[in-house]
Amino acid sequence: MRGVVDPASISTEMIQMLAPDGSFVGDGDFEIDLKEEDLRQIYRHMVLARRADQEGTNLQRQGELGVYTPLLGQEAAQVGSAYALSERDWIFPSYRELAVAMYRGIDPSSVMHLFRGTVHGGDWDAREHRFAYYSVPIATQMLHAVGFARAAQIEKSNIVAITYFGDGATSEGDFHEACNYGGVWKVPVVFFCQNNQYAISVPLSKQTAAPTISAKALGYGMPGYRVDGNDVLAVYAVARETIRRAREGGGPSLIEAVTFRRGPHSTADDPTRYRTKEELAAWEAKDPIARFQTYCKNEGVLDDDFIKSCDDEGAQIATNIRASIVGAGPRPAIDLFNNVYEEMPETLRREYKQYEEEQSAREGDE
Amino acid sequence: MASITLAQGLNEGLRYAMTQDPKVVCLGEDVGKLGGVFRITDKLQTEFGEDRVFDSPLAESGIVGTSIGMAIYGLRPVAEMQFDGFTYPAFEQIVSHAAKYRMRSLGRVSLPLVIRIPYGGGIGAVEHHSESLEAYFTHTAGLKVVTPSTPSDAFSMIVQAINDPDPVVFLEPKRRYWVREDVELPVTDGMPFGRAAVRREGNEVTLISWGPCMRTCEEAAEEAASDGVSVELIDVRSLVPLDIDTILASVKKTGRAVVVHEAQITGGYGGEIAARIMEDDFLSLHAPVLRVAGYDMPYPPAKLEDIFLPDIDRVLDAVDKVLNY
Repeated sequence: MRGVVDPASISTEMIQMLAPDGSFVGDGDFEIDLKEEDLRQIYRHMVLARRADQEGTNLQRQGELGVYTPLLGQEAAQVGSAYALSERDWIFPSYRELAVAMYRGIDPSSVMHLFRGTVHGGDWDAREHRFAYYSVPIATQMLHAVGFARAAQIEKSNIVAITYFGDGATSEGDFHEACNYGGVWKVPVVFFCQNNQYAISVPLSKQTAAPTISAKALGYGMPGYRVDGNDVLAVYAVARETIRRAREGGGPSLIEAVTFRRGPHSTADDPTRYRTKEELAAWEAKDPIARFQTYCKNEGVLDDDFIKSCDDEGAQIATNIRASIVGAGPRPAIDLFNNVYEEMPETLRREYKQYEEEQSAREGDE
Repeated sequence: MASITLAQGLNEGLRYAMTQDPKVVCLGEDVGKLGGVFRITDKLQTEFGEDRVFDSPLAESGIVGTSIGMAIYGLRPVAEMQFDGFTYPAFEQIVSHAAKYRMRSLGRVSLPLVIRIPYGGGIGAVEHHSESLEAYFTHTAGLKVVTPSTPSDAFSMIVQAINDPDPVVFLEPKRRYWVREDVELPVTDGMPFGRAAVRREGNEVTLISWGPCMRTCEEAAEEAASDGVSVELIDVRSLVPLDIDTILASVKKTGRAVVVHEAQITGGYGGEIAARIMEDDFLSLHAPVLRVAGYDMPYPPAKLEDIFLPDIDRVLDAVDKVLNY
């Protein structure tokens, strides 16, 4: 009908390269330019992230972290998209992007310290790693990515920004504002949604009536991609295309990576209250690492030695995280006073003095 | 020396800062071709181009959120909120990100960002166009909160705000946009952050105010003088960081203080100043510190705003009370 947009006409298919059994199905619309070494590195990054992530959960269960937000099941979505970035590109994460952080060379302990309560934001240098601080208020970081991309556009620096968020974030006003600003300003940004099916306990069907998340892109004048988020090759191919378009001045894109959070929202959550064993089992059968491992083995890219070396490296990372976290004390309180403003205002200086006097009085009492 | 308005002081200050530093950009609703609804960015787009002065879509969280991203990149964005009452959609970005980013990065990343907000009433506006929201921001650690009341301060404070490494909430008293002053531009000697200005010297009562209420206080001080009462008038200018020393020095001399602001009295910044005077120099006081402020009600319709806004009579009543306590 003229003048009518029909949601029923929207494609709900997913872009896929690897079937869940690891067989290559390919997608004629997308190219893969990866060499054998790239495939091994992608495998390695997924394995390392999974092991570090597991350590996060373990440490929380042992009382060493206050809370932890596991990424189990989302390794392909994170590593596949990160691998398509160039080194100078910037990443604006939410709070579950451990695999992306590690890919950018951030020590996973620096992330875990946020969950231990040692720091807010994260203990890494955002400029060194081009990885902004974790952002807990949902969807807010999307606007930072758009603003950063607008600056890159103004400065003609050829830098692309990517921002990660979940399916729940698409209900927030900041999602809308970010997509709208990105489209209007036509900035080099990629909106990467990990649709992991649940926002804590609320399923996607209660989050949106849109046929897909990718379909929302239309409202902002940008292309939307719906990709199998557990297929690292497909995620990489789609991310590569959207990053290339952004870099060439073609503006933003929205990617919906269809995946599943196999763990709880956070360690404080109990997913058995809102989803079934069968649902979990169905997604376990689509495991992103097993699938990719089968593919790589069939291609003769991965041998047992390399697989073992990845597992060993993962074990070492877990040991290092544990060593950094277990028993770690607080940072010096002066840091709190020092980091509110570049220069401590006089009123805060007096508060600090008062704090110090109270501390020494307390020590005197002991 | 030229006679300029406070609005022109801001416009000239923006122009000066943009000329000095190519990283300064202005964004907001209607700031481009139109020059803003109050013309504060008048002609800047023509002079600096559409990559330095640009319209945003109509969404305030987006204006501040994208400004944060630009600041992370290394630009110095100056974001305009069209009116005080439309700042609230941006509240989360201001409070949860702008104010906290330095702390969250352990001091590694600062956000040199200015959020300009025309604020206050007295211009006969419709609802949501007359709010005094300084206390929301003074209560938020990590923000600087400043407000000029004169054209020369408008110039030097907007330049100082732009050069400041921290996020600055820059409150523009909109009913004073058209006050005039003879000013030699550029104003380079004033650095008002953290420094209150003594606008009138006196030794019986200290009158403390800022931004929109300064004129009322000036007139009240004048009238008190004609009745033989010597009022010292302080323009706080910089609410955060606060120059408490200038206030305390004055109160030590006068022994009496009245704080005047438009914002609703409960939880207003006047309470903060009164508490600090009492905590730091209780024994100098001959009377309790009084507040003259808006009533605890939503800002009234224009035809009734005069009953809400502190006027000369209310200020003089308070002056009389502290004198005769």
